[in-house]
Amino acid sequence: MTNTIYDITRESDVIMLVGSNPEHAHPVIGMQVRQAVARGAKLIVVDPRDIDLASKATVHLKLKPGTNVAFANGMMNIFIEEDLIDHKFIEERTENFEAMKEMVKDYTPEKVAQICNIDPEELRKAARLYATADKAPIMYCLGVTEHHTGTEGVMSLSNMAMMVGKIGRPGCGVNPIRGQNNVQGACDMGASPNQFSGYQNIDKPGVLEKFEKAWGVELNPNIGTKATDCFPKMLTGEIKGLFIFGEDPVRTDPNTHHVIECLKAVDFFVIDELFMTETAKYADVILPGRSYAEKEGTFSNTERRVQRVRKAVEIAGDTKPDTWIFTEIMNRMGYPQPHLTPAEIMDEIASVTPSFAGISHARLDSEEVNGQGLQWPCTSKDHPGTPIMHVGKFARGLGYFRPAAYVPSMEQPDDEYPLIMMTGRILEHYNACAMTGRTEEINEIAGSSFIEINKADADKLGIENGEMVQITSRRGTIQARAEVAYKTNPGQCWMPFNFLEGNPNWLCSDALDSISRTPEYKVCAIKVEKL
Amino acid sequence: MIHLTIDGIAVEVEEGTTILNAARKYGIEIPTLCYLEGILPDGSCRLCVVEVVSRGRAKIDTACTLRCSEGDEVFTMSEKVVESRRNSLDLLLSDHRLHCFSCEANGDCKLQDYCVEYGVEKTSYKNMEVRECEIDDTNKFFSYDPSICILCHRCVNTCNEIVGRGSIGTMNRGFQSIIGAPGGKKWIDSTCESCGNCVQACPTGALSMKRRKKYRAFQADKKVRTTCPHCATGCQMDLIVKDNKIVDCVGADGPSNHGLLCVKGRSGSFDFVDHKDRIRHPLIKNKETGEFEQATWDEALDLVASKFTEIKNNYGGEALAGFACSRSTNEDIYMLQKMVRTAFHSNNTDNCARV
Repeated sequence: MTNTIYDITRESDVIMLVGSNPEHAHPVIGMQVRQAVARGAKLIVVDPRDIDLASKATVHLKLKPGTNVAFANGMMNIFIEEDLIDHKFIEERTENFEAMKEMVKDYTPEKVAQICNIDPEELRKAARLYATADKAPIMYCLGVTEHHTGTEGVMSLSNMAMMVGKIGRPGCGVNPIRGQNNVQGACDMGASPNQFSGYQNIDKPGVLEKFEKAWGVELNPNIGTKATDCFPKMLTGEIKGLFIFGEDPVRTDPNTHHVIECLKAVDFFVIDELFMTETAKYADVILPGRSYAEKEGTFSNTERRVQRVRKAVEIAGDTKPDTWIFTEIMNRMGYPQPHLTPAEIMDEIASVTPSFAGISHARLDSEEVNGQGLQWPCTSKDHPGTPIMHVGKFARGLGYFRPAAYVPSMEQPDDEYPLIMMTGRILEHYNACAMTGRTEEINEIAGSSFIEINKADADKLGIENGEMVQITSRRGTIQARAEVAYKTNPGQCWMPFNFLEGNPNWLCSDALDSISRTPEYKVCAIKVEKL
Repeated sequence: MIHLTIDGIAVEVEEGTTILNAARKYGIEIPTLCYLEGILPDGSCRLCVVEVVSRGRAKIDTACTLRCSEGDEVFTMSEKVVESRRNSLDLLLSDHRLHCFSCEANGDCKLQDYCVEYGVEKTSYKNMEVRECEIDDTNKFFSYDPSICILCHRCVNTCNEIVGRGSIGTMNRGFQSIIGAPGGKKWIDSTCESCGNCVQACPTGALSMKRRKKYRAFQADKKVRTTCPHCATGCQMDLIVKDNKIVDCVGADGPSNHGLLCVKGRSGSFDFVDHKDRIRHPLIKNKETGEFEQATWDEALDLVASKFTEIKNNYGGEALAGFACSRSTNEDIYMLQKMVRTAFHSNNTDNCARV
């Protein structure tokens, strides 16, 4: 997030939620959005479903899945057409505006309304509401990123914010509401094929040398392969050895049959896990690591806020801290890595990562920080952290307008597979339920998968609310309970991916975003049949 | 700025500040049961009463609702104030089933604390019968017992004003008043999201997490402040530990959650930790049977190191890949990618941000 949860929910006049259902996926943020609405902030919901917050929205654009870029271009067309743009901001702080203007010229509200299947007047209303608000954040989530044009979707939101000067101020910004507790941290820490910690590019002159010096070893200079591209390489034999730490791709990656084939094809597969997950079953060796409650450390939340994780208990058995496991493997493979405490590891992170230079466990535990965490960039021991980014100046200098044209989703409905399926999360469980599924009461209130289907489609298929149905795509078949209502538009369905039985990932398309290589979980073509 | 004295201490506060907040600013404790920071005061429990001499006139009023005015003299523990609070507690007890020994909140109850502090052991009202009310334990995680509810409305205000869900309200009137869902629905049939923030707000045992039956708050060994392991909001919470087991989890005042938790954070973040399904020893798959067999760490780690080294030597580091876990700590993830880059000699490292 460019901003904090506090300022975007406390200080905003309008909140624009795009492809984000915080009441389910980030419930405590959802609570604060509800507080914001109660305080008088107006809400624009851009979402193909009637999420609960849509009923509190001034405008709900119930757009067709996969049309975010067209929506954003349409908004910008209106900003320019009705002169709602921030001329001063564009002139002083951005570049490439003319190209942007050229790109959105053809995206008239009428044309966009047709692409997105919305009312052009509602689009105009949304554009005016957002552009004329003094303070208005964009909050977005996987509804924007999980498309083959996800990266363009994100850039388009940034383009919108820059065009009306809503960035670098409290109550504004472009705010991805990140998924897992430490997905921000995982990216920050350099678990990326092309970047070391703190987004230091491997191929930037001097970076590789810096890490070679810090770690005392010659490093591989070639940019690595992204996880979603690694799987096909397992089938071709280019990747022969795999180490997975705590992920369950059999449950969470798209096109499950394909994922299983890939894992089976690997010569040697090691997993560090807490439970016998569906993925762990395919491993050659399972190393029992520790959960968050059995170790010291830090998580970085969606606000870039680094906060402490503290050890509460030790469990019976012979589990080991994960850092001990990695250190042992390093040593046994010939790289001399001393065993370090989590606090010492953070000191090493700070020493090689400029944006973390001021962060240490001692400081996070200090009276100075007072339990508030530290938001990177935090570049020195006396740096207070950065709650809001791009104040006065963008990280790259001038904000760059990156025009993107609308491209339809990879898989379109046809005669055989006439419905579009989206996937997402529900309130009660987290992802593949490895953790939440061990609480019986949670399973009692949310125990099985379902498919939301519009009443018009259900009527055509003779499907009653609550009955089990069969769902098929080009990649697989599953069964789930039908929830017949009007939550999705006709022609569209939605399923949670949390459950083992009736997991839509068996059906999902493994089409990937051309840049981020994120799968297009939000759009695939299916058919639903009565059993 | 407004100038006044509280218990003889000179106080300066901004216009509009309530006496309660002015007192708190200067470290003067005033008891409250219904007060919730950040929302309009309920003013119903009458425990925060103070004596105020304003423009020569003395009055008793609630500190949570009364705003400071210039020259006020406030007395927080005068005889009249103490008598008024005793009377309020006496009235509360007149309609409160006194079964503290078997109440889950025993030892962790604000009503009990104040009754002890003000010497109110039982009600002085004669022939009061505590109403017979049905306990609503339909929610999977907590129950509501109207016979010990003091109708402070902290739960209702939390649900409506802070959580913003609006699932519960005050039903019926007078002595028949209870907290419940509109239309007389059971808790389970309401729009409740089971976040339990209402339970955390309850100053008595009226709303109580069912797991509280398994431990006494004062017998807990420690409270460990940590960060929730589910979504990226970064809610701060306290894990309550007894005999090396996590027995409870409560919301803490963190910068992103302000004391709130959701159903997953409060009730889905600790049962898994020491669950019977945990893998507790290294396992190596027997190639012939396909079954996992227990191994020592040395056996498992030597096998891992030798196999990966063999692949690296034969096919180069790029034939190896290692993915990090976005649910784990920064320190773990940093070391994982360091392992891949240094020992594997590969940059095929990634995390689940893409999926």
